[in-house]
Amino acid sequence: MSDSVSAIHDEEYHARGSDWSFADLEYYEREINRIAGEFGLDIYPNQIEIITSEQMMDAYSSIGMPVGYSHWSFGKQFLSVEQAYRRGQMGLAYELVINSDPCIAYLMEENTLMMQILVMAHACHGHNSFFKGNYLFRAWTDASAIVDYLVFARRYVAECEERHGVDAVEQLLDACHALQNHGVDRYKRPSPISAEEESRRQQEREAYLQQQLNTLWSTIPQAPREQRAPAGDDPLGLRDRPRYPAEPQENLLYFIEKNAPLLAPWQREIVRIVRKLAQYFYPQRQTQVMNEGWATFWHYQIMHRLYDDKLIDEGVMLEFLQSHTAVVAQPPFDSPYYSGLNPYALGFAMFSDIRRICETPTEEDRRWFPDTAGSDWLETVHFAMQNFKDESFIQQFLSPQVMRDLHLFAIVDDDQDDMIEIDAIHDERGYRRVREALSAQYALGQREPDIQVWAADVHGDRSLTLRHQRRDRRELDASLAPVLRYLHQLWGFPVHLESVEDDEVVERHSWPEA
Amino acid sequence: MSYFIDRRRNARHKSAVNRQRFIRRYRKHIKRSVEEAINRRSITDIERGEKVSIPGRDISEPVFRHGNSGRRTIVSPGNREFVEGDRLRRPGGRGGGSGSGEGNASRQGEGVDEFAFTLSREEFLGFIFDGLELPHLVRKQLAEVEEQRPVRAGVSRQGVPARMNIVRSMREAQARRIAMRAPIKRALLEAQQALEEEERKDPVLRNPQCIRELKEEIARLERRLAAVPFIDTYDLRYNNLIDQPQPSNRAVMFCVMDVSGSMTQNHKDIAKRFFLLLYLFLEREYERVELVFIRHHTAAREVDEEEFFYSRETGGTIVSSALDLLSQVIAERYPPAQWNLYVAQASDGDNWDDDSIRCRELLEQTLMPQLQYYAYVEITPHAHQALWEEYERVQARFEERFAMRRIVEPGDIYPVFRELFRSREEGSGA
Repeated sequence: MSDSVSAIHDEEYHARGSDWSFADLEYYEREINRIAGEFGLDIYPNQIEIITSEQMMDAYSSIGMPVGYSHWSFGKQFLSVEQAYRRGQMGLAYELVINSDPCIAYLMEENTLMMQILVMAHACHGHNSFFKGNYLFRAWTDASAIVDYLVFARRYVAECEERHGVDAVEQLLDACHALQNHGVDRYKRPSPISAEEESRRQQEREAYLQQQLNTLWSTIPQAPREQRAPAGDDPLGLRDRPRYPAEPQENLLYFIEKNAPLLAPWQREIVRIVRKLAQYFYPQRQTQVMNEGWATFWHYQIMHRLYDDKLIDEGVMLEFLQSHTAVVAQPPFDSPYYSGLNPYALGFAMFSDIRRICETPTEEDRRWFPDTAGSDWLETVHFAMQNFKDESFIQQFLSPQVMRDLHLFAIVDDDQDDMIEIDAIHDERGYRRVREALSAQYALGQREPDIQVWAADVHGDRSLTLRHQRRDRRELDASLAPVLRYLHQLWGFPVHLESVEDDEVVERHSWPEA
Repeated sequence: MSYFIDRRRNARHKSAVNRQRFIRRYRKHIKRSVEEAINRRSITDIERGEKVSIPGRDISEPVFRHGNSGRRTIVSPGNREFVEGDRLRRPGGRGGGSGSGEGNASRQGEGVDEFAFTLSREEFLGFIFDGLELPHLVRKQLAEVEEQRPVRAGVSRQGVPARMNIVRSMREAQARRIAMRAPIKRALLEAQQALEEEERKDPVLRNPQCIRELKEEIARLERRLAAVPFIDTYDLRYNNLIDQPQPSNRAVMFCVMDVSGSMTQNHKDIAKRFFLLLYLFLEREYERVELVFIRHHTAAREVDEEEFFYSRETGGTIVSSALDLLSQVIAERYPPAQWNLYVAQASDGDNWDDDSIRCRELLEQTLMPQLQYYAYVEITPHAHQALWEEYERVQARFEERFAMRRIVEPGDIYPVFRELFRSREEGSGA
């Protein structure tokens, strides 16, 4: 009797216990794929790789990339992960996924079967569809070319190390890494990267660039006469020239690559490599909440569907719920476990809330989201995923309900005031201001200082001047000095940084120090 | 749509290069940590790896970022009792149970925390013995006992399966197959052509006898063709090794330690640590270094490693007993023509008065001419005694090859050790 019961059980549920085999994985991947298809998730093909925990640590230290050039900072990253993991201070992520086509996802062999199913739903369908669908990724990254480009970068850097010595390359990479957050185009779509193209054109570029530079630094451009009248001691207007560059440049590394007077062609190429990779990661930095929220939202839907379809049993479901709860836990600000807002929690809450607003809107929802309330939820979440980044997503979709659930509140911390003021809380008067503040908190433009190339003194001492647009008296951290030193190494002549607030230069830093 | 790849068998340690780059870059810091560790730790457990800390500021990767000044608005979760307009005291520092504001300010800050990681045992020992060598090591050509080293010497037809040269064997096999099959194939082709010709003839003109014979011939040839073996023992080739005599830089290190009653436990511990360090160094650096352990009080005895380091004795001190035994062992087993001879001696400086002079004579007349290097460490906080003074005279005569140092506390062991075995190029530069 008991035999037949367990036989039925076996037939009903594919999952038994926590061990997994490749057959299990393939079975569930097929099922998840079917369900995800019904939900309209559009994905790149999946390349799912099973790896060990050691390999996972390797993957960590190379920002998840399957290949990368060698640099000590990756070694440092590896050592700290290894240390934390060995002492049990930190568990490794169950999964790592790369924005590439095919989409590469790493699964750890230690994971239980439940975890593998969860990870496939989360990474191989959640993140994957986000990479393919979100406008930032579509516009700014080229999923099909990245792996080839990494291979090219690795080989090129290794060649340079051979030709010019490890130290010279390391020094250069240090300097570039210090500026990589300011090595991205924020408004202009970068040209797509392609390894083949890169290799083919690289030599051509070397020659061309050097020639361009020579022109820039050796000839004296004619100042448009009507622009400035001769004045003072300079009747011929020799010193009175338009600023170079004519417009401030946001991409410091691009400016260096194209204009630094003394860099050798191979050095420019390495600057370019760092810049290209920074650009590739730029969308990820702007869509943390959305990306994780989207993936979490979908693994939750998919796991429930698997359960409803009787493909996983109660045991697996309970294990899943426990793990899911831990992922989306948001400790309050005064908890010892608090370490900022949990992007999984916020993102999951928001996507789930969009579905709620669509399906069972309240009076409040109709007031706040007249267009969304009552619409088709599947269409709406896809629309939200495709067309926003964290900043605008929060601005558009953070509902009073979510603010109340998370008990969000905004404080103003002003160093001219010895008290902290509660600016707004989750009440009728505060919703908009909390939302505004949270949106700003996720805007990269606010999180990172706004620093642009202001002027390169091409006719005088060749010094380079950067401008920092300061807001709310927020000064730069002391790490500024070493970064300027790195910039100076790249530029080869004095560099200055001016902090400007309300059109007034409030601070000046220079390297070498005056 | 999806496919799985099992990467578990792929190479691990993909980050090994990056790890080495890191260690190379922070060599100085790590070296300092290692030195501190040696002085802190008991030498017996030095063989473990070591945790190394580097100050966070030396290792941070700077980027442009906001400091903590100015006016900031911060959104946090978990409000319980605050209402709009409440004014709160700013929590002091980072503690005080308030995490508000830290989400932004210190998330990427590597701050001033120490960066800690663990060196492997190999890396750790590498740092300990970095730049050390046995002084005055010379290659001594050995007349009789020649050192043999196996070297590759082409391929041969005899050998053990483990050394089989597969490429060469397969090539031989292929050559043999071609050679053996070619005539058969040719005959087969001829027979087949003849058969075809015969069969093409008008049925009336055919010779059934001839056809039968040809068919038999073809079948026979095909059997022969199939019988040519794919590989034969005759084809097998083996990598050949022959022994080649090698000039040798064999060395023997004599460790001489005073275990008399005047050596307190503390002294002995220091001496043992010194020798352990020496032992690890030699074990690691030299494949062919032999070690001879001699301990003495009033009488000297050659002992094994275990006994040398771990057993205890008491009694008076006659240093020359050890030196006598030393020269005896050299005479019996280590002819100076064939061996580099090194001596390291540790003592508290106590000796029978008359004996110190005898020690000097022994050293000057018999031992020093034979030795490569003699290192003497005296472990005492007190004034030197007769032995030190006599040894100073030896040093004056053999300045290059006789070194003596004093150790007062365990912390001196490592610096003294380094000084004694510093590589000469490094030494002359310093």
